[in-house]
Amino acid sequence: MPVLRRLLIALPSVMGVIVVTFLLTRALPGDPAIYFAGPAATQQAIAEIRHAMGFDRSLPAQFVDYVRHLSRGDLGTSLTTGQPVLSELAARLPASAELTLTALVLSVGIALPLGIVAALRPGSPVDHVCRIITTAGVSLPTFFTGLLLVYLFYYLAGVAPAPLGRLDTFSTPPPHYSGFYLVDSLIAGDFVTFRAALGQLLLPSATMAIFSLAPLARITRASMLAALGSEFIRTARASGLGRRRVVCVYALRNALLPVITTLGMVFSFMLGANVLVEKVFAWPGLGSYAVDALIASDYAPVQGFVLAMALLYVMLNLMIDLIYCLLDPRVRLDA
Amino acid sequence: MISGTLDGNLRHALYVLGENPVTAAAFALFLLFALLATFGPALVPYDPLASNTAQALNAPSISHWFGTDQLGRDIFSRVVVATRLDLGIAIAAVALAFSVGTLLGLIGGYWGGWADRIIGRIVDTIMAFPLFVLAMGIVAGLGNSVANIIYATAIINLPIYARLSRAEANIRCNAGFIEAARLCGNGEVRIALGQLFPNILPLMAVQVSLTLGYAILNAAGLSFIGLGVRPPTAEWGIMVAEGASNIVSGEWWVALFPGLVLMTAVFCFNLIGDGLRDIVDPVRRT
Repeated sequence: MPVLRRLLIALPSVMGVIVVTFLLTRALPGDPAIYFAGPAATQQAIAEIRHAMGFDRSLPAQFVDYVRHLSRGDLGTSLTTGQPVLSELAARLPASAELTLTALVLSVGIALPLGIVAALRPGSPVDHVCRIITTAGVSLPTFFTGLLLVYLFYYLAGVAPAPLGRLDTFSTPPPHYSGFYLVDSLIAGDFVTFRAALGQLLLPSATMAIFSLAPLARITRASMLAALGSEFIRTARASGLGRRRVVCVYALRNALLPVITTLGMVFSFMLGANVLVEKVFAWPGLGSYAVDALIASDYAPVQGFVLAMALLYVMLNLMIDLIYCLLDPRVRLDA
Repeated sequence: MISGTLDGNLRHALYVLGENPVTAAAFALFLLFALLATFGPALVPYDPLASNTAQALNAPSISHWFGTDQLGRDIFSRVVVATRLDLGIAIAAVALAFSVGTLLGLIGGYWGGWADRIIGRIVDTIMAFPLFVLAMGIVAGLGNSVANIIYATAIINLPIYARLSRAEANIRCNAGFIEAARLCGNGEVRIALGQLFPNILPLMAVQVSLTLGYAILNAAGLSFIGLGVRPPTAEWGIMVAEGASNIVSGEWWVALFPGLVLMTAVFCFNLIGDGLRDIVDPVRRT
């Protein structure tokens, strides 16, 4: 089973991620026990906390403990909210996922046609637009693009709602099915809420899309150009196949492979950009949870966030490999 | 012989610059940023930290080119003074990532074996994280300071250098000039540093300028969410964060100017990177 073998290859990555997040909490300078004990703690109180938290034991023993907690889904407890980190992360995941997926759909939906048209007509105005977008897009700080969009569409044009979370104050969240407000409001048949949620979602997802579509459009254009210049396309054209069939079936299917590979890098960008975009738009997702915890020096949520994001990223890369395999039968997963 | 190739390289570089005015403009812009970073604090019209609440949130004018922020500080002065800190963080981080990453890659690519496997595993582990998230985690773990921002940025850039130099060293490890150096009786370390390293240096230089832009973005992003540099220090990311609340009330200049300058700096390094690649690696010219 090639799929199983690919799953096994992901295991070392997961192990590495767990070891690094463990090291970030335990093996670094500074004594967490002093922090947890508070400023007025006596020497004895600190020693007790150190013992209670297991900091006085050897590093490998602590690691075994850490993994045991992880396997039970125990990521620790947030100091500021007093809630288990895992349940808080789970509660906030849909908000982040809805934002990121919308941004992904937007950026793929724009980048692919743009790159294809630019490759079909090199040197045309569309090609120049594509080049400007790809060069400028990667230079834009996401947080700055977000603020710029807020100024243009909320303050000046007045068409966008205030950048304050997933719903304005007049709407009530739809009943919880998937956690995605767009999906849930549709299931409930509540089109007013759907429109409100969509309005709130548009600017933050556009911000993320602007940043992530640049590498996608660039690689689509380059690989489409390479595919169109290759001999099998010449043969297909010479055999009298229609233009649409040559471009959409023959060239595109081959050109998509490097695009799928680039998606891995784009996901890395997006999971990072998520944090910044959520801060700008007060989006109640994973990123703003981690930022709030960082500001309060609340370590457990930050570590939980880093671990969750890394595991998510490993999974996304796994999915990319599987999609790649579906698109290109020549690729063997164990290679 | 050596001066001949240098001369040829220079001529080639000038030719590429002449052919591509955008790269030339990017180099000019880079010089401007270098000048601002060096002499900025001596040039600015106002003290970047001096607040003047009577002049708070003034729109751009003749006396305040970029306007003033909520404490009445001159934004133009703050943006100029911040150049040194922002570029300093990025350059220090990239220098660190470049030296450590290139060395690790050389060791792995040239000697192979266990060292290669261990280094490869470390690099893979770093790459298993979304990079900005890893940087957040590192700064949270190591402590919230400018030095740790530099380390975090260096660590997330490390894999690029390690992978590139490993690949390039591996291609060349049995090349003719390496064999010749071996026959002349040079030690392996001497060959790796004296023959192999200079050979892969041009390719690495391209990567340096491409990652500098990314390093600036990363550092500014970290300070935007409140890590590393602390107010009232002038830094582009923090200044955008400070202006974020003013955006919704219409005072656009507080966030716009630091953001624009940050964007320009990143854009400049990306363009230089593309231009350098044209000079060093004509095959990949697009």
